[in-house]
Amino acid sequence: MSVKELEKTATLEHAGDGHYHGDGILGEQFETIEQQNTSYLIGMWAFIVQEVLFFGAIFTAYAIYRFKYVLEFTLAHHELSVPIGTLNTFVLLFSSYTMARAVRAAMQNRHKKQAFYLFLTFLFAGVFMVNKYFEYGAKFEHHLFPGGDYSAHAVVEHAEKKGELRVVEEDGKEFYELGRTRNGEFTPLQKVSAQEFEQRTRLFFGFYFVMTGLHGLHVLVGMIIIGILIGRAWIDHLKNKPIADFMPVEMTGLYWHLVDIVWIFLFPLLYLIGR
Amino acid sequence: MAGHSDSHVHPVSLYTRTLYWLMVLLILTVVAGYIPNVPNWLGVVIALTIAVWKATIVIMNFMHVRFSGKLAWLFAGAGFFWLIIMLAFAFADYVSRPWEPFHGWPE
Repeated sequence: MSVKELEKTATLEHAGDGHYHGDGILGEQFETIEQQNTSYLIGMWAFIVQEVLFFGAIFTAYAIYRFKYVLEFTLAHHELSVPIGTLNTFVLLFSSYTMARAVRAAMQNRHKKQAFYLFLTFLFAGVFMVNKYFEYGAKFEHHLFPGGDYSAHAVVEHAEKKGELRVVEEDGKEFYELGRTRNGEFTPLQKVSAQEFEQRTRLFFGFYFVMTGLHGLHVLVGMIIIGILIGRAWIDHLKNKPIADFMPVEMTGLYWHLVDIVWIFLFPLLYLIGR
Repeated sequence: MAGHSDSHVHPVSLYTRTLYWLMVLLILTVVAGYIPNVPNWLGVVIALTIAVWKATIVIMNFMHVRFSGKLAWLFAGAGFFWLIIMLAFAFADYVSRPWEPFHGWPE
């Protein structure tokens, strides 16, 4: 007898007694396990839609400001480390895979395997957060956190070295010419005052910290939920439970894939474009 | 398997294939980011195309939307539809009108 059939019989045997619905999986308000699962899924999708729009609003704001201050944002882009970003994307994509495998194991009621894949997911999320910690640390060190001691100094220095910025002085005031160097010849495209440049690159790092910070917060929340699920799966394994509700894992999976998708967009938009 | 159920167990190959493509696309997007002398707009288009592609296979395969009922499709679709409305309308406004303070704006 397959697990699916077992689940069905369990549901049918106890339906109607009002106390014991198929191993405690089926809620009283539902007729069938399918109906319950669909309800769960739709609720989760409604939450995901809300999350998409929540992040979407910040993406929209970022896109508008990048469109307006494209040269300043491009120079600020260069301060982000592509190797770390790539590694983090790799780690997160891989964690999405292990999460999908955990959901699959949960559907098959293979609790030990489920716990194993959830643990891998948790581990990858941990690696992501550790990388982020070092990345943030480096930004703070270079005064690129848009707080009290923010300074565009590092951006100016790097851009000057790469021939994409030239410092000019006019009437005792500092200006930056932003442009390109081709064959040793500098072509200015735009002139901004040092103050404007500082404000605009600061805006970029504001977006960087808000977007990656909110994303990191989602990763942390995911880690907590995954941690709880690991414990539950392990208990199910020790108790040799024949059937457990896989929906909590499935819904956490949906959430985790959403977190992955947000990063899929954050990575090229913050780290890659304009290089 | 007797009866109909939404909770099909999919073969492992579905997930490994998805992971494989995600990795290929990740390498592709990083490499594309380093091609010299690509105009800014083209770089954005390439990066976003690959990102949408990656997101689509995650939604379809990892999130099982491909195998889900119409209601799940409706919800998943609605989210992205509204996102497009937000982006399109916001941009339509910002590109078609001057930013404040614009030239001649009273001091």
